[in-house]
Amino acid sequence: MTGLALTEPALLPERRAVAPQTVSAATRSQVQPVQGTRLRLEGISLAFGGIRALKDVSFDIREGEIRAVIGPNGAGKSSLVNVISGLYRADRGVITHGGESFAHVPPARLPGLGVARTFQNLALFPGLTVAQNIASGLVFRRKRGLFAQLLSLPKARAETRETEARIREIAGFLGLSEHLPRLVSTLPYGLQKQVELARALIAGPRLLLLDEPMAGLTGAEKTAMAAHIRAVRDRLGLSVILIEHDIGVVMGLSDRIVVLDHGEVIADGSPDEVRRDPEVIRAYLGQDAAGATSGAEAA
Amino acid sequence: MSAALETPAARPFMAAQGAAVLVILAIACLLVPAYASAWTIEAILLPFLAFSLAGLGLNLLTGYAGQVSLGSAAFMAVGAYAAYNFQLRLDLPLPLTFLFAALTAAAVGVIFGLPSLRLKGFYLAVSTLAAQFFIQWLFNKFGWFSNYSPSGVISAPVLGFAGITFDTRESRYLLALSVVVVITFLVHRFVNGPARINLIAVRDNETAARVIGVPVLRTKLTAFALSSAIIGIAGVLWSFTYLRTIEPEGFNLDRSFQILFIAIIGGLATVRGAFLGAGLIVVFPLLLSRGSAWILDGGLDAGTVQLTQRIILGATIIIFLILEPNGLSAILDRITARTRSLFAKITRGRA
Repeated sequence: MTGLALTEPALLPERRAVAPQTVSAATRSQVQPVQGTRLRLEGISLAFGGIRALKDVSFDIREGEIRAVIGPNGAGKSSLVNVISGLYRADRGVITHGGESFAHVPPARLPGLGVARTFQNLALFPGLTVAQNIASGLVFRRKRGLFAQLLSLPKARAETRETEARIREIAGFLGLSEHLPRLVSTLPYGLQKQVELARALIAGPRLLLLDEPMAGLTGAEKTAMAAHIRAVRDRLGLSVILIEHDIGVVMGLSDRIVVLDHGEVIADGSPDEVRRDPEVIRAYLGQDAAGATSGAEAA
Repeated sequence: MSAALETPAARPFMAAQGAAVLVILAIACLLVPAYASAWTIEAILLPFLAFSLAGLGLNLLTGYAGQVSLGSAAFMAVGAYAAYNFQLRLDLPLPLTFLFAALTAAAVGVIFGLPSLRLKGFYLAVSTLAAQFFIQWLFNKFGWFSNYSPSGVISAPVLGFAGITFDTRESRYLLALSVVVVITFLVHRFVNGPARINLIAVRDNETAARVIGVPVLRTKLTAFALSSAIIGIAGVLWSFTYLRTIEPEGFNLDRSFQILFIAIIGGLATVRGAFLGAGLIVVFPLLLSRGSAWILDGGLDAGTVQLTQRIILGATIIIFLILEPNGLSAILDRITARTRSLFAKITRGRA
């Protein structure tokens, strides 16, 4: 957890050189460190009453990989994210984070395991400023207690200064610097999505779960968000699970794609493989398959 | 505090606000003891100070941490009875009496805060009612707490410390004032420091807070402990400096609601809101009764006047919540903003 690349001085100039907006689809990185698996799901099943949301779902995410999970509405995508982040308890199956295996991950342990997530509908804290919202992602690491803070002891002050430096860095990275002192509820929706990403990133996670990061964004905002996601993977080498509706975005951004339908994995492979998979075309893309895929290539 | 993590609303007005607080403090410390009438101190300022502190304590829990409580009066009672018994049985010096009363109230607060780990909103409010009824019953049932006073009403002993006895009206007022000022300062620091993030995160979105690693359980219990401790001290001030008697009936559900109104009307999640709300709750009924006495000239009997007062107060609260849900604090914000722009216009006009 200590090796957050973003805070390493050696990486700073490089990070500045590649402003997120300048990363075009063409420069999409093919760097894929092949060491190890970040997350492995084995035989995950989940039912709500009689409805089986997930049926024997198994796949893995490598280090530094952008892994999309797609599927029609009700396919079980969000259930899957909630199982991985411990908000739901799977009926069966094993989740392996890094080297540790769980039947159920206690949500409070996620930051310690290097997992951060965003939510489909924004889950920010409207009563806090942008800076405070981002800082909340570091609270789990704060060591100085209540009285040290109240008395403003030197070590507590040092901790606060450190937190602030990181907030500025992350905010600069995502283009949020000028908004830091504003109440987060006064920001437009697109920027709030960025704040949620910043809050997830500040703890230096190894795995990022993004639940529909593009939902509700305008075209330009989507492009910026895609650039940010690619940039964090390229700069920080973290693994990303991307739940997304927008096919064009998914095809252009991800290394491998899992396709869910009615809670089952019906395809798993590179964007090209998935695009050609007859099962996927039938279940997900439907009759408009040809149009959708050519649209994706254009994007 | 650091620039980036500060709450923005606090910054532009910092200098003016600081000055205003100092002026109010100077008046409260120097002018009031010298010039205020006995009635002003006894009937307005002493209950105002105790109520403000109780409102501040509840605001920490309800306004900042988002946990609704209807048991505030019970925690006041715990503080008052604890202080009485520590004085009576251990003969502790005054600061220790305050400290131990606060710790006792905090411990009781944590116990009754445990349901908050599972319950939210209305359900939690109902479970805090248990504190209200249980504690009132406890102090009525067991004579030990009131030192077997036959009437159940204890007259509070005079407080004293280091050769000073707080028996005169002015000295009781100054004691209450100093306690309130010190605690308000600490609360102000607390809610504007790093703890603000934990509190508001738990209030605004508990699920998100848990997933990003905010210690939800610890934050809630800390809020309950601190809030109860402060309300407990308010109970000590209420009993020892204002009423100078202690009885369980003084800490009934009505009192709990009064404190909740103070927190809501003053403005949730603001420090000054507690003072504005307490001012309204204490002063408004007095104004009403003076006004009715003046207008009707004793034409109505006392019971009718009191009922009318309650109706008017209740109606005012409803109208208030509809027109300004953010409370008196938000109104004060607007007034200061308007005054400032007016001043700016005048100075520009001159130049």
